[in-house]
Amino acid sequence: MTNNELLADSGLPSFADRLRIWWTIVRISLEERLVYRGDFALGTLMRFLPIITQIFLWSAVFSSMARPGEQPTFGGFRFHDMVAYYLITMLARAFSSMPGLSSGIARQVRDGEIKKFLVQPIDLLGFLLLGRVAHKLAYYSVAALPFAFVFFLCRGYFADGFPPWHIFAAFVASLLMGFLIGFFMEAAIGLIGFWFLEVSSLLFIYMLFSFFLSGHMFPITLLPDWIEWIVQLLPLKYLAYFPAAVFLGKIPPDELGKELLIEFVWVLVFIVACRWMYARGVKRYSGFGG
Amino acid sequence: MSIIEIENLSKSYRVYKKREGLMASVSGLFRREYREVEAVRNINLCVEEGEFVAFLGPNGAGKTTTLKLLSGVINPTSGTARVMGYTPWLRENGYRRRFALVMGQKNQLWWDLPAQESYRLHQQIYRIEQGTFERTLDELTELLDVRRLLGQPVRELSLGERMKMELIAALLHGPDVLFLDEPTIGLDVVAQHNIQQFLRQYQEQKKTTVLLTSHYMKDIVALCQRVVVIADGQIQYDGSLTGIIDAFSGSKVITLQFAEGHEPGDLAQFGEVLSINLPKAKIKIPRADVPRRLADALAAHPIEDVVVEDPPLEEAIADMFHKVRESQQTSIA
Repeated sequence: MTNNELLADSGLPSFADRLRIWWTIVRISLEERLVYRGDFALGTLMRFLPIITQIFLWSAVFSSMARPGEQPTFGGFRFHDMVAYYLITMLARAFSSMPGLSSGIARQVRDGEIKKFLVQPIDLLGFLLLGRVAHKLAYYSVAALPFAFVFFLCRGYFADGFPPWHIFAAFVASLLMGFLIGFFMEAAIGLIGFWFLEVSSLLFIYMLFSFFLSGHMFPITLLPDWIEWIVQLLPLKYLAYFPAAVFLGKIPPDELGKELLIEFVWVLVFIVACRWMYARGVKRYSGFGG
Repeated sequence: MSIIEIENLSKSYRVYKKREGLMASVSGLFRREYREVEAVRNINLCVEEGEFVAFLGPNGAGKTTTLKLLSGVINPTSGTARVMGYTPWLRENGYRRRFALVMGQKNQLWWDLPAQESYRLHQQIYRIEQGTFERTLDELTELLDVRRLLGQPVRELSLGERMKMELIAALLHGPDVLFLDEPTIGLDVVAQHNIQQFLRQYQEQKKTTVLLTSHYMKDIVALCQRVVVIADGQIQYDGSLTGIIDAFSGSKVITLQFAEGHEPGDLAQFGEVLSINLPKAKIKIPRADVPRRLADALAAHPIEDVVVEDPPLEEAIADMFHKVRESQQTSIA
């Protein structure tokens, strides 16, 4: 028996095998994404429209607060900070938003498509994660140019210039972990489908909270103190607020490491939660449904 | 040792019993009543390597549930099953690489992509060597005559073509055991026939063990030496196809051809008259009475030709399902 056969028989693929499987899934998902390229490109460009309304809205808010001789601030943000904040959260959400993930999982459970993952030697969560990586890659490849263009036009709003490299590294880390938190949080909601079949109202509530408490709508520092205190403890802020705060230097440098560590722990918490729910869900599915 | 061994296997579901009407729906939010449905009851079955076995039974008889149990999609309520030494519902990868499940109503291929992309993925997840993969794919596309469809998005294929592509996906890794749940459902006669022929050729060549459920008697007649009839969650019959008639049909169909111009009078005295189409008449006679009544008929009428046949298979099976249901009802009463 050759070494290769031994490995195959042990049921544990080598790392190279794993990479090949991952690459195949990513490649196929990419191709699938590009089938509807027209719709996809248009959807990508439309995402830039809200930034214009934000600029108008906040310029009105700040000019109404203006006192001669001082720069008005709002929750620690000056006007140009605020616009820069929205630009960065737009980038952060390009990593952390997961359209259709929860409802997709719930639908697979309802239609019984989930059977495929019980019958074939492939893991549902890993498969979906790789699919998302592919979707994101496709998105960035289309959106990179428009993003660069918009940031170039708005470069004046970044008053403090480009952050030092270690801040930038922390920012990239927060984006990547934001992707994972977004994925596993929405996957967990989708997995509730094993118990309730329909998760759309649950998802709606999540979206609502996420909209206001992740920093997507406004920086969470604008919230009343006691609410902000709670929201700072929740994982939602990693979807939008946190990466922007890191980039704009709103996190004190001595706390940056700790904050990133906390985010990492949240990633682990949601991975474990998803694994646990999936295992329980499959057990329930195979016990009652099918 | 048999390749599939099932012992005292049972599966019951708990289903929500909903009463009619809005008020009942509202009260159902607070207090739910459940009903136990026994989909499979105490099944015992052994299948030898290389057998082609058909599961036959009315809708809801427990055929699909049995296939789901054997492919590990669901756990049983009690009992054991071993397939190639594995317990299916543990879902070990070792087992999952050695069998395949095809459901006629479910789609496993990527809808928007050509089938060959899905096959590439299967190559990776089943760890099929490049050489073997190419050879198998070549063979299968040849047998099914679908080479030109490999590059076409699956959503553009007809139902019959799609089924062929599904079969290829399921067979790429050369499964030792194949479960087919109504593989010809919804297909036209030609497509049905193609799939049947393919399955027969493939099975003869590879000696794969196949379990098939189907509503089409033609599928079963064409493919299976052994038939397992399931009704009401239990095995009612296990044996050859023709044996069903002996076991369950208590009558024969006799066709009498009368002499030219003869007007037979009352034929009902010989048996149940199925049709009179002079000069021919068809009569159904209980099997034990055939010799005596036939002699009576020959004595009473000038008859030129006699054909004695078994009733059609479908009828025998329908009779059997009917009997099962009746005995079920009397046992409840």
